[in-house]
Amino acid sequence: MMDTLFSLFQYQFFQNAVATALLTSLLAAMIGTYIVSRKIVFISGGITHASFGGIGLAYFLGLNPFLGAVAFAITTALGIEWISTKGKIREDSAIAIVWSLGMALGIIFVFLTPGYTPNLMSFLFGSILSVGRWDIWILLAVLVVTALFFVLFFRPVIYTAFDPEFARTRGLPVALIRHVMAVLIAMAIVLSIRTMGIILVLSLFTIPQNTAMLMSGRFRNIIFGSAIFGVVGSVVGLLTASLLDIPGSAAIIFVLTLQFLLLKGFILLKLR
Amino acid sequence: MPEPLISVREVTAAYNGDPVLTDVDLDIFPNDFIGVIGPNGGGKTTLSKILFGILKPQKGKVSFPSGRPNIGYLPQVSRLDHSFPITVLDVVLSGLSSKGTWWRSLTSGHKKKALNLITENGLEGLANRPVGTLSGGQLQRALLARAIINDPQVLVLDEPNTFVDRNFEGELYQLLGKLNETMAIFLISHDIGTISSIVKTIACVNGTLHYHPSNVLTDEVLKVYNCPIDLIAHGPVPHRVLKKHT
Repeated sequence: MMDTLFSLFQYQFFQNAVATALLTSLLAAMIGTYIVSRKIVFISGGITHASFGGIGLAYFLGLNPFLGAVAFAITTALGIEWISTKGKIREDSAIAIVWSLGMALGIIFVFLTPGYTPNLMSFLFGSILSVGRWDIWILLAVLVVTALFFVLFFRPVIYTAFDPEFARTRGLPVALIRHVMAVLIAMAIVLSIRTMGIILVLSLFTIPQNTAMLMSGRFRNIIFGSAIFGVVGSVVGLLTASLLDIPGSAAIIFVLTLQFLLLKGFILLKLR
Repeated sequence: MPEPLISVREVTAAYNGDPVLTDVDLDIFPNDFIGVIGPNGGGKTTLSKILFGILKPQKGKVSFPSGRPNIGYLPQVSRLDHSFPITVLDVVLSGLSSKGTWWRSLTSGHKKKALNLITENGLEGLANRPVGTLSGGQLQRALLARAIINDPQVLVLDEPNTFVDRNFEGELYQLLGKLNETMAIFLISHDIGTISSIVKTIACVNGTLHYHPSNVLTDEVLKVYNCPIDLIAHGPVPHRVLKKHT
Protein backbone atom coordinates (compact mmCIF):
# COMPACT_ATOMS: atom_id res chain seq x y z
CA MET A 1 0.00 0.00 0.00
CA MET A 2 2.84 2.36 0.87
CA ASP A 3 4.28 1.79 -2.59
CA THR A 4 0.99 2.78 -4.14
CA LEU A 5 0.95 5.95 -2.03
CA PHE A 6 4.48 6.93 -2.97
CA SER A 7 3.98 6.18 -6.62
CA LEU A 8 1.01 8.56 -6.64
CA PHE A 9 3.34 11.46 -5.89
CA GLN A 10 5.22 10.82 -9.14
CA TYR A 11 2.24 12.06 -11.11
CA GLN A 12 2.00 15.74 -11.88
CA PHE A 13 -1.79 15.76 -11.39
CA PHE A 14 -1.42 14.33 -7.89
CA GLN A 15 1.31 16.80 -6.92
CA ASN A 16 -0.99 19.59 -8.12
CA ALA A 17 -3.87 18.17 -6.13
CA VAL A 18 -1.82 18.02 -2.90
CA ALA A 19 -0.49 21.56 -3.42
CA THR A 20 -4.05 22.80 -4.02
CA ALA A 21 -5.34 21.03 -0.92
CA LEU A 22 -2.58 22.58 1.21
CA LEU A 23 -3.04 26.14 -0.10
CA THR A 24 -6.84 25.94 0.05
CA SER A 25 -6.73 24.72 3.67
CA LEU A 26 -4.48 27.61 4.71
CA LEU A 27 -6.69 30.16 2.96
CA ALA A 28 -9.84 28.63 4.45
CA ALA A 29 -8.23 28.65 7.93
CA MET A 30 -8.08 32.46 7.96
CA ILE A 31 -11.28 33.26 6.08
CA GLY A 32 -13.23 30.45 7.78
CA THR A 33 -12.28 31.65 11.27
CA TYR A 34 -13.68 35.07 10.37
CA ILE A 35 -16.84 33.54 8.87
CA VAL A 36 -17.49 31.26 11.85
CA SER A 37 -16.69 33.96 14.44
CA ARG A 38 -19.00 36.51 12.82
CA LYS A 39 -21.66 33.81 12.35
CA ILE A 40 -21.97 34.51 8.63
CA VAL A 41 -21.86 30.89 7.45
CA PHE A 42 -25.26 31.22 5.78
CA ILE A 43 -24.16 34.40 3.98
CA SER A 44 -21.13 32.52 2.72
CA GLY A 45 -23.43 29.80 1.43
CA GLY A 46 -25.32 32.46 -0.52
CA ILE A 47 -22.09 33.81 -2.02
CA THR A 48 -21.01 30.29 -2.98
CA HIS A 49 -24.19 29.37 -4.79
CA ALA A 50 -24.62 32.78 -6.44
CA SER A 51 -21.22 32.35 -8.05
CA PHE A 52 -22.63 29.47 -10.12
CA GLY A 53 -24.57 32.10 -12.07
CA GLY A 54 -21.25 33.68 -13.00
CA ILE A 55 -19.79 30.35 -14.06
CA GLY A 56 -22.77 29.72 -16.36
CA LEU A 57 -22.67 33.23 -17.82
CA ALA A 58 -18.94 32.98 -18.50
CA TYR A 59 -19.42 29.68 -20.36
CA PHE A 60 -22.24 31.18 -22.40
CA LEU A 61 -20.08 34.16 -23.38
CA GLY A 62 -17.02 32.00 -23.96
CA LEU A 63 -15.05 33.58 -21.10
CA ASN A 64 -13.00 32.04 -18.28
CA PRO A 65 -15.54 30.57 -15.81
CA PHE A 66 -13.29 31.57 -12.91
CA LEU A 67 -13.67 35.26 -13.80
CA GLY A 68 -17.43 34.93 -14.04
CA ALA A 69 -17.58 33.24 -10.63
CA VAL A 70 -15.38 35.91 -9.02
CA ALA A 71 -17.51 38.72 -10.46
CA PHE A 72 -20.76 37.15 -9.20
CA ALA A 73 -19.31 36.22 -5.80
CA ILE A 74 -17.90 39.69 -5.09
CA THR A 75 -21.10 41.40 -6.23
CA THR A 76 -23.15 39.11 -4.00
CA ALA A 77 -20.82 39.52 -1.00
CA LEU A 78 -20.89 43.32 -1.21
CA GLY A 79 -24.63 43.27 -1.94
CA ILE A 80 -25.41 41.23 1.18
CA GLU A 81 -23.09 43.44 3.27
CA TRP A 82 -25.01 46.46 1.93
CA ILE A 83 -28.41 44.90 2.65
CA SER A 84 -27.40 44.00 6.22
CA THR A 85 -26.23 47.58 6.90
CA LYS A 86 -29.28 49.26 5.40
CA GLY A 87 -31.58 46.68 6.94
CA LYS A 88 -34.60 47.32 4.73
CA ILE A 89 -34.96 43.69 3.63
CA ARG A 90 -34.97 40.57 5.80
CA GLU A 91 -31.37 39.48 5.52
CA ASP A 92 -31.90 35.72 5.61
CA SER A 93 -34.61 35.91 2.96
CA ALA A 94 -32.38 38.06 0.76
CA ILE A 95 -29.65 35.43 1.06
CA ALA A 96 -32.03 32.62 0.07
CA ILE A 97 -33.15 34.60 -2.98
CA VAL A 98 -29.59 35.29 -4.14
CA TRP A 99 -28.65 31.69 -3.39
CA SER A 100 -31.33 30.12 -5.60
CA LEU A 101 -31.25 32.84 -8.27
CA GLY A 102 -27.52 32.23 -8.78
CA MET A 103 -28.05 28.50 -9.23
CA ALA A 104 -31.00 29.14 -11.59
CA LEU A 105 -29.01 31.56 -13.76
CA GLY A 106 -26.11 29.14 -13.86
CA ILE A 107 -28.19 26.23 -15.07
CA ILE A 108 -30.03 28.38 -17.64
CA PHE A 109 -26.79 29.67 -19.16
CA VAL A 110 -25.19 26.25 -19.21
CA PHE A 111 -28.21 24.85 -21.09
CA LEU A 112 -28.21 27.78 -23.54
CA THR A 113 -24.51 27.32 -24.33
CA PRO A 114 -24.32 25.62 -27.71
CA GLY A 115 -22.12 22.62 -28.31
CA TYR A 116 -19.92 21.45 -25.45
CA THR A 117 -21.67 21.34 -22.07
CA PRO A 118 -19.30 21.51 -19.12
CA ASN A 119 -19.36 18.76 -16.58
CA LEU A 120 -21.87 19.99 -14.00
CA MET A 121 -20.79 17.40 -11.48
CA SER A 122 -17.28 18.88 -11.28
CA PHE A 123 -18.69 22.31 -10.35
CA LEU A 124 -21.07 20.90 -7.80
CA PHE A 125 -18.70 18.43 -6.13
CA GLY A 126 -15.23 19.67 -7.14
CA SER A 127 -12.51 18.12 -9.24
CA ILE A 128 -9.26 18.46 -7.37
CA LEU A 129 -7.45 15.98 -9.61
CA SER A 130 -7.85 18.19 -12.69
CA VAL A 131 -6.27 21.31 -11.18
CA GLY A 132 -3.67 22.97 -13.42
CA ARG A 133 -0.54 25.07 -12.83
CA TRP A 134 -2.42 28.32 -13.44
CA ASP A 135 -5.00 27.51 -10.73
CA ILE A 136 -2.24 26.96 -8.19
CA TRP A 137 -0.53 30.28 -8.96
CA ILE A 138 -3.77 32.21 -8.53
CA LEU A 139 -4.51 30.35 -5.31
CA LEU A 140 -1.03 31.20 -4.02
CA ALA A 141 -1.43 34.88 -4.95
CA VAL A 142 -4.78 35.20 -3.13
CA LEU A 143 -3.36 33.32 -0.13
CA VAL A 144 -0.44 35.77 0.11
CA VAL A 145 -2.71 38.82 -0.19
CA THR A 146 -5.11 37.46 2.44
CA ALA A 147 -2.30 36.52 4.84
CA LEU A 148 -0.72 39.95 4.42
CA PHE A 149 -4.03 41.67 5.16
CA PHE A 150 -4.53 39.52 8.27
CA VAL A 151 -0.99 40.16 9.53
CA LEU A 152 -1.12 43.92 8.97
CA PHE A 153 -4.69 44.57 10.11
CA PHE A 154 -5.31 41.71 12.52
CA ARG A 155 -6.56 43.83 15.44
CA PRO A 156 -8.81 46.16 13.42
CA VAL A 157 -10.35 43.12 11.68
CA ILE A 158 -11.20 41.47 15.02
CA TYR A 159 -12.38 44.72 16.63
CA THR A 160 -14.76 45.56 13.79
CA ALA A 161 -16.05 41.98 13.72
CA PHE A 162 -16.68 41.85 17.48
CA ASP A 163 -18.24 45.29 17.98
CA PRO A 164 -18.56 47.40 14.82
CA GLU A 165 -20.44 50.18 16.60
CA PHE A 166 -17.71 50.68 19.18
CA ALA A 167 -15.05 50.48 16.46
CA ARG A 168 -16.87 53.28 14.66
CA THR A 169 -16.80 55.48 17.77
CA ARG A 170 -13.01 54.98 17.90
CA GLY A 171 -12.65 56.20 14.32
CA LEU A 172 -11.86 52.83 12.70
CA PRO A 173 -12.80 52.60 8.99
CA VAL A 174 -15.39 49.90 9.70
CA ALA A 175 -17.11 49.94 6.30
CA LEU A 176 -13.80 49.74 4.43
CA ILE A 177 -12.53 46.83 6.52
CA ARG A 178 -15.82 44.95 6.14
CA HIS A 179 -15.86 45.47 2.38
CA VAL A 180 -12.28 44.28 1.98
CA MET A 181 -13.18 41.21 4.05
CA ALA A 182 -16.26 40.61 1.88
CA VAL A 183 -14.07 40.64 -1.25
CA LEU A 184 -11.51 38.31 0.37
CA ILE A 185 -14.29 35.91 1.43
CA ALA A 186 -15.67 35.88 -2.13
CA MET A 187 -12.21 35.21 -3.64
CA ALA A 188 -11.43 32.44 -1.15
CA ILE A 189 -14.76 30.71 -1.75
CA VAL A 190 -14.53 30.84 -5.54
CA LEU A 191 -10.98 29.45 -5.50
CA SER A 192 -12.02 26.63 -3.18
CA ILE A 193 -14.92 25.66 -5.43
CA ARG A 194 -12.29 24.18 -7.80
CA THR A 195 -11.31 21.73 -5.05
CA MET A 196 -14.48 21.09 -3.14
CA GLY A 197 -17.32 22.04 -5.46
CA ILE A 198 -20.16 24.46 -4.77
CA ILE A 199 -22.14 22.11 -2.57
CA LEU A 200 -19.24 20.92 -0.40
CA VAL A 201 -17.02 24.00 -0.19
CA LEU A 202 -18.30 25.41 3.11
CA SER A 203 -16.94 22.35 4.92
CA LEU A 204 -13.38 23.70 4.62
CA PHE A 205 -14.50 27.02 6.10
CA THR A 206 -16.40 25.59 9.07
CA ILE A 207 -15.37 22.08 10.16
CA PRO A 208 -11.65 22.68 10.97
CA GLN A 209 -12.59 25.95 12.70
CA ASN A 210 -15.10 24.22 14.94
CA THR A 211 -12.56 21.51 15.73
CA ALA A 212 -10.03 24.21 16.68
CA MET A 213 -12.67 26.01 18.77
CA LEU A 214 -12.94 22.91 20.94
CA MET A 215 -9.41 23.75 22.09
CA SER A 216 -9.26 27.53 22.16
CA GLY A 217 -11.44 30.64 22.38
CA ARG A 218 -8.88 32.97 20.82
CA PHE A 219 -9.22 34.14 17.24
CA ARG A 220 -5.50 33.74 16.49
CA ASN A 221 -5.32 30.21 17.92
CA ILE A 222 -8.40 29.18 15.97
CA ILE A 223 -6.69 30.24 12.74
CA PHE A 224 -3.57 28.20 13.52
CA GLY A 225 -5.58 25.24 14.78
CA SER A 226 -7.83 25.12 11.75
CA ALA A 227 -4.79 25.43 9.46
CA ILE A 228 -3.34 22.28 11.03
CA PHE A 229 -6.63 20.36 11.07
CA GLY A 230 -7.42 21.53 7.54
CA VAL A 231 -4.05 20.58 6.06
CA VAL A 232 -3.93 17.17 7.76
CA GLY A 233 -7.57 16.49 6.95
CA SER A 234 -7.38 17.38 3.29
CA VAL A 235 -4.11 15.53 2.60
CA VAL A 236 -5.28 12.40 4.43
CA GLY A 237 -8.64 12.69 2.68
CA LEU A 238 -6.98 13.03 -0.70
CA LEU A 239 -4.79 9.96 -0.15
CA THR A 240 -7.75 7.93 1.09
CA ALA A 241 -9.75 8.98 -1.94
CA SER A 242 -7.00 7.90 -4.31
CA LEU A 243 -6.54 4.53 -2.59
CA LEU A 244 -10.27 3.74 -2.45
CA ASP A 245 -11.03 5.43 -5.77
CA ILE A 246 -13.76 7.68 -4.35
CA PRO A 247 -14.30 11.47 -4.94
CA GLY A 248 -11.61 13.58 -3.21
CA SER A 249 -13.87 16.32 -1.85
CA ALA A 250 -16.21 13.85 -0.17
CA ALA A 251 -13.29 11.96 1.42
CA ILE A 252 -11.81 15.25 2.74
CA ILE A 253 -15.08 16.19 4.42
CA PHE A 254 -15.31 12.75 5.96
CA VAL A 255 -11.82 13.04 7.47
CA LEU A 256 -12.43 16.63 8.68
CA THR A 257 -15.63 15.54 10.43
CA LEU A 258 -13.89 12.50 11.90
CA GLN A 259 -11.26 14.82 13.44
CA PHE A 260 -14.01 16.89 15.03
CA LEU A 261 -15.87 13.89 16.42
CA LEU A 262 -12.72 12.24 17.78
CA LEU A 263 -11.58 15.41 19.56
CA LYS A 264 -15.08 16.08 20.89
CA GLY A 265 -15.30 12.51 22.16
CA PHE A 266 -11.86 12.74 23.75
CA ILE A 267 -12.81 15.96 25.57
CA LEU A 268 -16.10 14.47 26.78
CA LEU A 269 -14.30 11.39 28.11
CA LYS A 270 -11.65 13.49 29.84
CA LEU A 271 -14.30 15.63 31.51
CA ARG A 272 -16.14 12.65 32.97
CA MET B 1 -18.24 79.06 33.96
CA PRO B 2 -15.86 76.78 32.03
CA GLU B 3 -16.22 76.19 28.30
CA PRO B 4 -18.36 73.21 27.30
CA LEU B 5 -16.60 70.13 25.93
CA ILE B 6 -19.39 69.54 23.44
CA SER B 7 -21.89 72.11 22.31
CA VAL B 8 -24.95 71.03 20.32
CA ARG B 9 -26.99 73.82 18.69
CA GLU B 10 -30.38 73.51 16.97
CA VAL B 11 -29.52 70.06 15.71
CA THR B 12 -31.98 68.10 13.59
CA ALA B 13 -31.07 64.52 12.77
CA ALA B 14 -32.55 61.71 10.71
CA TYR B 15 -31.87 57.99 10.79
CA ASN B 16 -32.39 55.98 7.59
CA GLY B 17 -34.28 58.95 6.18
CA ASP B 18 -36.76 59.27 9.05
CA PRO B 19 -36.40 62.40 11.21
CA VAL B 20 -35.66 61.38 14.80
CA LEU B 21 -34.50 64.53 16.55
CA THR B 22 -35.45 68.16 15.96
CA ASP B 23 -34.01 71.36 17.36
CA VAL B 24 -31.78 69.88 20.02
CA ASP B 25 -29.65 72.17 22.19
CA LEU B 26 -27.23 70.69 24.71
CA ASP B 27 -23.96 71.65 26.34
CA ILE B 28 -21.78 69.05 28.02
CA PHE B 29 -19.39 70.58 30.56
CA PRO B 30 -16.46 68.89 32.30
CA ASN B 31 -17.69 66.97 35.37
CA ASP B 32 -21.30 66.94 34.16
CA PHE B 33 -23.26 63.81 35.03
CA ILE B 34 -26.27 63.83 32.75
CA GLY B 35 -28.92 61.12 32.95
CA VAL B 36 -30.66 60.70 29.62
CA ILE B 37 -34.19 59.33 29.72
CA GLY B 38 -36.98 58.96 27.21
CA PRO B 39 -39.09 56.36 25.43
CA ASN B 40 -37.67 53.80 22.99
CA GLY B 41 -37.29 55.35 19.55
CA GLY B 42 -37.23 58.80 21.15
CA GLY B 43 -33.74 59.46 19.81
CA LYS B 44 -31.46 58.71 22.78
CA THR B 45 -29.08 56.54 20.77
CA THR B 46 -29.26 58.88 17.76
CA LEU B 47 -28.18 61.74 20.02
CA SER B 48 -25.19 59.73 21.24
CA LYS B 49 -24.22 59.03 17.61
CA ILE B 50 -24.31 62.78 16.97
CA LEU B 51 -21.96 63.32 19.92
CA PHE B 52 -19.52 60.71 18.56
CA GLY B 53 -19.61 62.34 15.15
CA ILE B 54 -20.59 59.05 13.47
CA LEU B 55 -23.93 60.57 12.43
CA LYS B 56 -23.96 63.97 10.75
CA PRO B 57 -26.83 66.29 11.69
CA GLN B 58 -29.14 67.39 8.87
CA LYS B 59 -29.37 70.85 10.34
CA GLY B 60 -27.64 72.64 13.19
CA LYS B 61 -24.14 72.43 14.53
CA VAL B 62 -22.04 70.36 16.92
CA SER B 63 -18.93 72.21 18.09
CA PHE B 64 -16.06 71.47 20.40
CA PRO B 65 -14.90 74.80 21.92
CA SER B 66 -11.71 73.32 23.38
CA GLY B 67 -10.94 70.81 20.62
CA ARG B 68 -12.58 67.48 19.82
CA PRO B 69 -12.75 65.59 23.09
CA ASN B 70 -11.91 61.94 23.51
CA ILE B 71 -15.19 60.08 24.07
CA GLY B 72 -15.42 56.67 25.73
CA TYR B 73 -18.38 54.41 24.95
CA LEU B 74 -20.05 51.59 26.83
CA PRO B 75 -22.65 49.94 24.56
CA GLN B 76 -25.54 47.74 25.65
CA VAL B 77 -24.11 44.37 26.63
CA SER B 78 -27.07 42.57 25.06
CA ARG B 79 -26.09 43.86 21.62
CA LEU B 80 -22.77 41.98 21.65
CA ASP B 81 -22.04 38.41 20.58
CA HIS B 82 -20.84 36.78 23.80
CA SER B 83 -19.48 33.73 21.98
CA PHE B 84 -17.08 35.74 19.82
CA PRO B 85 -13.52 34.37 20.21
CA ILE B 86 -11.87 37.43 21.76
CA THR B 87 -10.07 37.68 25.10
CA VAL B 88 -10.70 40.22 27.87
CA LEU B 89 -7.27 41.75 27.21
CA ASP B 90 -8.01 42.23 23.51
CA VAL B 91 -11.40 43.75 24.27
CA VAL B 92 -9.79 46.29 26.61
CA LEU B 93 -6.95 46.99 24.15
CA SER B 94 -9.46 47.75 21.40
CA GLY B 95 -10.35 50.90 23.36
CA LEU B 96 -6.91 52.27 22.51
CA SER B 97 -7.45 52.35 18.77
CA SER B 98 -8.15 55.77 17.35
CA LYS B 99 -8.62 57.54 14.07
CA GLY B 100 -5.30 57.97 12.28
CA THR B 101 -3.45 55.40 14.38
CA TRP B 102 -5.80 52.39 14.20
CA TRP B 103 -3.42 50.47 11.92
CA ARG B 104 -0.39 50.86 14.21
CA SER B 105 0.76 47.98 16.35
CA LEU B 106 0.51 48.07 20.12
CA THR B 107 3.39 48.69 22.50
CA SER B 108 4.19 46.93 25.76
CA GLY B 109 3.10 50.15 27.50
CA HIS B 110 -0.37 49.76 26.03
CA LYS B 111 -0.55 46.18 27.25
CA LYS B 112 0.61 47.14 30.73
CA LYS B 113 -2.01 49.87 30.95
CA ALA B 114 -4.72 47.42 29.87
CA LEU B 115 -3.61 44.82 32.43
CA ASN B 116 -3.61 47.43 35.21
CA LEU B 117 -7.10 48.54 34.28
CA ILE B 118 -8.29 44.92 34.17
CA THR B 119 -7.01 44.45 37.73
CA GLU B 120 -8.52 47.75 38.91
CA ASN B 121 -11.88 46.69 37.51
CA GLY B 122 -11.82 43.48 39.52
CA LEU B 123 -10.97 41.13 36.68
CA GLU B 124 -7.55 40.04 37.90
CA GLY B 125 -6.40 36.77 36.33
CA LEU B 126 -9.08 36.87 33.65
CA ALA B 127 -7.10 38.83 31.02
CA ASN B 128 -6.58 35.85 28.73
CA ARG B 129 -10.06 34.39 29.14
CA PRO B 130 -12.43 34.52 26.16
CA VAL B 131 -15.39 36.84 26.83
CA GLY B 132 -17.75 33.88 26.48
CA THR B 133 -16.56 32.50 29.83
CA LEU B 134 -17.42 35.69 31.76
CA SER B 135 -20.55 36.50 33.72
CA GLY B 136 -22.69 39.44 32.63
CA GLY B 137 -21.22 41.67 35.30
CA GLN B 138 -17.66 40.67 34.44
CA LEU B 139 -18.22 41.41 30.76
CA GLN B 140 -19.69 44.77 31.74
CA ARG B 141 -16.51 45.55 33.72
CA ALA B 142 -14.35 44.59 30.73
CA LEU B 143 -16.40 46.88 28.50
CA LEU B 144 -16.11 49.70 31.04
CA ALA B 145 -12.32 49.21 31.07
CA ARG B 146 -12.38 49.38 27.26
CA ALA B 147 -14.39 52.61 27.42
CA ILE B 148 -12.03 54.42 29.79
CA ILE B 149 -8.59 53.08 28.77
CA ASN B 150 -8.05 56.05 26.45
CA ASP B 151 -8.65 58.54 29.31
CA PRO B 152 -11.77 60.08 27.78
CA GLN B 153 -13.10 63.51 28.74
CA VAL B 154 -16.65 62.31 28.09
CA LEU B 155 -18.01 58.85 28.89
CA VAL B 156 -21.21 57.73 27.14
CA LEU B 157 -23.05 54.74 28.63
CA ASP B 158 -25.99 53.11 26.85
CA GLU B 159 -28.32 51.32 29.29
CA PRO B 160 -25.53 50.00 31.54
CA ASN B 161 -28.08 48.63 34.00
CA THR B 162 -29.85 46.14 31.72
CA PHE B 163 -29.01 42.46 32.04
CA VAL B 164 -26.62 43.11 34.89
CA ASP B 165 -26.95 41.58 38.31
CA ARG B 166 -28.04 43.82 41.15
CA ASN B 167 -24.74 43.31 42.97
CA PHE B 168 -22.72 44.78 40.17
CA GLU B 169 -25.16 47.60 39.57
CA GLY B 170 -24.32 49.20 42.91
CA GLU B 171 -20.60 48.81 42.29
CA LEU B 172 -20.97 50.26 38.82
CA TYR B 173 -22.64 53.39 40.17
CA GLN B 174 -19.87 53.80 42.75
CA LEU B 175 -17.29 53.46 39.99
CA LEU B 176 -19.11 56.02 37.86
CA GLY B 177 -19.16 58.45 40.77
CA LYS B 178 -15.40 58.14 41.02
CA LEU B 179 -14.88 58.47 37.26
CA ASN B 180 -17.06 61.59 37.28
CA GLU B 181 -14.29 63.40 39.17
CA THR B 182 -12.20 63.34 35.99
CA MET B 183 -14.71 63.07 33.14
CA ALA B 184 -18.17 64.14 32.09
CA ILE B 185 -20.70 61.29 32.03
CA PHE B 186 -23.66 60.91 29.69
CA LEU B 187 -25.77 58.01 30.91
CA ILE B 188 -28.67 56.69 28.84
CA SER B 189 -31.20 54.70 30.82
CA HIS B 190 -34.81 53.64 30.87
CA ASP B 191 -34.68 52.99 34.59
CA ILE B 192 -35.44 56.44 35.92
CA GLY B 193 -35.50 55.32 39.53
CA THR B 194 -31.91 54.20 39.67
CA ILE B 195 -30.36 56.85 37.51
CA SER B 196 -31.82 59.89 39.20
CA SER B 197 -30.11 58.96 42.46
CA ILE B 198 -26.64 59.18 40.91
CA VAL B 199 -26.87 61.78 38.14
CA LYS B 200 -26.59 65.54 38.64
CA THR B 201 -28.94 66.66 35.86
CA ILE B 202 -31.46 65.00 33.59
CA ALA B 203 -32.07 65.29 29.86
CA CYS B 204 -35.34 64.03 28.49
CA VAL B 205 -35.12 62.97 24.86
CA ASN B 206 -38.35 62.41 22.95
CA GLY B 207 -38.09 63.79 19.44
CA THR B 208 -36.37 66.77 20.95
CA LEU B 209 -34.44 67.42 24.15
CA HIS B 210 -35.56 69.01 27.41
CA TYR B 211 -32.84 69.75 29.88
CA HIS B 212 -33.72 69.53 33.57
CA PRO B 213 -30.97 71.11 35.69
CA SER B 214 -31.65 68.91 38.73
CA ASN B 215 -31.91 65.21 39.49
CA VAL B 216 -35.35 65.38 41.07
CA LEU B 217 -38.25 64.54 38.81
CA THR B 218 -41.96 64.93 39.30
CA ASP B 219 -44.91 63.74 37.24
CA GLU B 220 -45.60 67.37 36.37
CA VAL B 221 -42.10 67.93 35.05
CA LEU B 222 -42.34 64.81 32.90
CA LYS B 223 -45.70 65.97 31.55
CA VAL B 224 -44.32 69.39 30.64
CA TYR B 225 -41.35 67.74 28.94
CA ASN B 226 -43.64 65.33 27.08
CA CYS B 227 -41.57 62.44 28.37
CA PRO B 228 -43.88 59.46 28.60
CA ILE B 229 -41.88 57.15 30.83
CA ASP B 230 -42.85 55.13 33.81
CA LEU B 231 -41.93 56.81 37.06
CA ILE B 232 -42.65 53.66 39.01
CA ALA B 233 -39.15 52.27 39.25
CA HIS B 234 -38.34 48.62 39.73
CA GLY B 235 -36.69 47.41 42.86
CA PRO B 236 -35.77 49.63 45.77
CA VAL B 237 -36.49 53.24 44.77
CA PRO B 238 -34.17 55.84 46.22
CA HIS B 239 -36.44 58.37 47.90
CA ARG B 240 -34.84 61.32 46.17
CA VAL B 241 -36.49 60.37 42.93
CA LEU B 242 -40.05 61.37 43.48
CA LYS B 243 -41.30 64.49 45.09
CA LYS B 244 -44.35 63.94 47.26
CA HIS B 245 -47.61 64.91 45.62
CA THR B 246 -49.34 67.69 47.44
